[in-house]
Amino acid sequence: MSEQGTGAPGSEAGPSAADLPASGGITATISDEAVAQAFSGDLGSVTLMDSARAYIAKVRGGDPGALPALFGLVVLVLAFRSLSNQFLTVGNLANLTGQAGPTIFIAMGLVFVLLLGEIDLSAGTAAGVCAMMMGLAYAHNGNIEGYVKGGSYGAIVIVLVLALVIAVLGRLWLAVPMVVLGLAIVLTHAGGHIWIAMFLALATGTAIGCITGFLVARVGIPSFIVTLAFFLAWQGVIISFAGKAGAIPMGNAYPVNALAHQTVNPTLGWTLLVIFVGGYAAFTLFRSVRRRAQKLSAEPLTLVLVRIAVLAVVGIVAVYYLNQNRQFNKGAKPILGMPWVVPLILVVLVAMTVLLTKTRFGRYLYAVGGNAEAARRAGIDVRRMRIAAFALSTTLAAIGGIALASFDGGVPLDIGGGNTLLYAVGAAVVGGVSLFGGRGRIRDAVIGGTVISIIPNGLGLKPNLNAAYQYIVTGAFLLLAAAVDAYGRRRAAK
Amino acid sequence: MVADSPILALRGINKSFGAIQVLHSVDFNVFPGEVMALVGDNGAGKSTLVKCVGGIYPVDSGEFLFEGSPISIHGPRDAAAHGIEIVYQDLALCDNLDIVQNMFLGRELRRPIFNTLDEPAMERRSRDTLAGLSVRTVKSVRQLVSSLSGGQRQSVAIAKAVLWNNKVVLLDEPTAALGVAQTRQVLDLVRRLADSGLGVVLISHNMNDVMEVADRITALFLGRVAAEVKRMDVTYTQVVELITAGRTGSIGLQPATAEESA
Repeated sequence: MSEQGTGAPGSEAGPSAADLPASGGITATISDEAVAQAFSGDLGSVTLMDSARAYIAKVRGGDPGALPALFGLVVLVLAFRSLSNQFLTVGNLANLTGQAGPTIFIAMGLVFVLLLGEIDLSAGTAAGVCAMMMGLAYAHNGNIEGYVKGGSYGAIVIVLVLALVIAVLGRLWLAVPMVVLGLAIVLTHAGGHIWIAMFLALATGTAIGCITGFLVARVGIPSFIVTLAFFLAWQGVIISFAGKAGAIPMGNAYPVNALAHQTVNPTLGWTLLVIFVGGYAAFTLFRSVRRRAQKLSAEPLTLVLVRIAVLAVVGIVAVYYLNQNRQFNKGAKPILGMPWVVPLILVVLVAMTVLLTKTRFGRYLYAVGGNAEAARRAGIDVRRMRIAAFALSTTLAAIGGIALASFDGGVPLDIGGGNTLLYAVGAAVVGGVSLFGGRGRIRDAVIGGTVISIIPNGLGLKPNLNAAYQYIVTGAFLLLAAAVDAYGRRRAAK
Repeated sequence: MVADSPILALRGINKSFGAIQVLHSVDFNVFPGEVMALVGDNGAGKSTLVKCVGGIYPVDSGEFLFEGSPISIHGPRDAAAHGIEIVYQDLALCDNLDIVQNMFLGRELRRPIFNTLDEPAMERRSRDTLAGLSVRTVKSVRQLVSSLSGGQRQSVAIAKAVLWNNKVVLLDEPTAALGVAQTRQVLDLVRRLADSGLGVVLISHNMNDVMEVADRITALFLGRVAAEVKRMDVTYTQVVELITAGRTGSIGLQPATAEESA
């Protein structure tokens, strides 16, 4: 984003406040007391009660945050506990993390698109295509050309070149190297190595996102239609890639297989927990204390401590449970520790949260989603932001595709199809991301993804309940989440 | 206080939307330390002219002179780079962002390391600017704009425009949606901006506001400049005639031109 601000005064590479004198001499000298009086909400001592009151006001004002997700969690857990006594076992909860992984990754990607008020119905099947590219490259020692028919190989190359042109013209400097490397991997048959094949999946995601974004932002087709078309088209591509066998086996290819089927050593699990919670605690505490010292708006220390405590308790309980042995066969090698997908989710969660809250790119995404015209007048290249959001979204979906392949132990015909997208959209919306744009956080996708994944998990424990229930319950849940969002928006508009 | 050379001058601006020509070779001047009122009936081209200055609309032909030398404006950043800032009628604020985020939108301060946003610096400067403009009603600069009243929003939009060391500020109908007391505050603010040496353009339908606060008046009539006059030289009635008929006495468009425009 560095070239965005070259025209504006004082916006050259990170100006410090000291370079900028107070506004043009019109700032009258104001006593400290007057300032303090004017911005009491920033400087006064804010207690825990005040914070609680402000939170209630926020919920009543139409921003329920994570409340619907917590409510859904309670309802579903109670319902499934009464359905099956298997539901709350360690083995099932560990399974749940593997099942939730793909949904969470795709939902995290969708946050970027939803923030702009757009939708990506093709995220699921696009994730499938990315996984297919990985599978094809790995299974055929990088020689995709030798496996798919000549025309299909040409089409892959053309799509990648097209995406490259879009990325260059759109000045998406992070997407360009991704697509270039993807193209190089395809052309040089280098994808035989599993890590390179995985990177090819990500690059395919970036390329697909560039094309979707271009059609939405430049050609001007509504994202609903573009991605509906791609939803169908990518489904066809998956079927074509899967070939007569109907699936591409991945075997025990490490690290793909490890995501869902190998576990973090219990000691390492505790270490990761300490690093994660400790890092969060250090960052938020340091920020609160320092901002208060600088007489800036800051959250009350007690609130920060409460949040850290809640996170720590949830983390400790989760790690403790997942570190229990869940091997059914007595005497067999014990299974304990969290699946590798969990730390990967946390890494992506932190990285994307930093991107959204600490950088210009993130700020501009919220601005475009809140008021595109205001963003345009502020000099933000709105169309570039849209293409970038789709490119990033589909790249994250590609990680979801890899996680799906891990869970399935290969790349099957139906990867990314069916309910995959519905669950991801449902996850984002249940978590608190608005379908109307401008509101939502990455962590919403993680919370929502966990809640929504309970549905297929819980219903799956009752084999005599047929698939019909799964569709109906999921549909009802999605509708409920969207209703909460629409209601919140109406309250906010008042 | 009255300078004789304009800080911003527009020469022969033409602008059409499709077959409809909205601006006919418009000349327009802004002088430092003065309030230039831009008046005209609905559809006279006031807002279009402002958007041309702001780089929102590209002009078909014509010249921009800034401090005497020609400049080109191709987008909002070009205007901002010359210290020209516009407060639009619809304010152009993002409801889902807070006051600080809105005031620095598109021009965020960043830390030297990693280029992350420098929130403390932005928050401090926003608060100083609002305090400098005597905006006291805002409880916190971290409030979302969606929670602000109309007057508070106007204050934030104006504060956003003066946050940078701007030389020209254009205000499009700043008092249209405000009550009596808030209008008073905004007009005082307009006068203070000019007194501090800025060139201020005030677009308004309210002739009382114009006659009270302006130093000069430019009247637009159906896309043409009817006249640019000093406020001391004209009466209320004459300004109204310039707006409605394009001419008053010996001032204004020739009758033939006025007819042709109509």
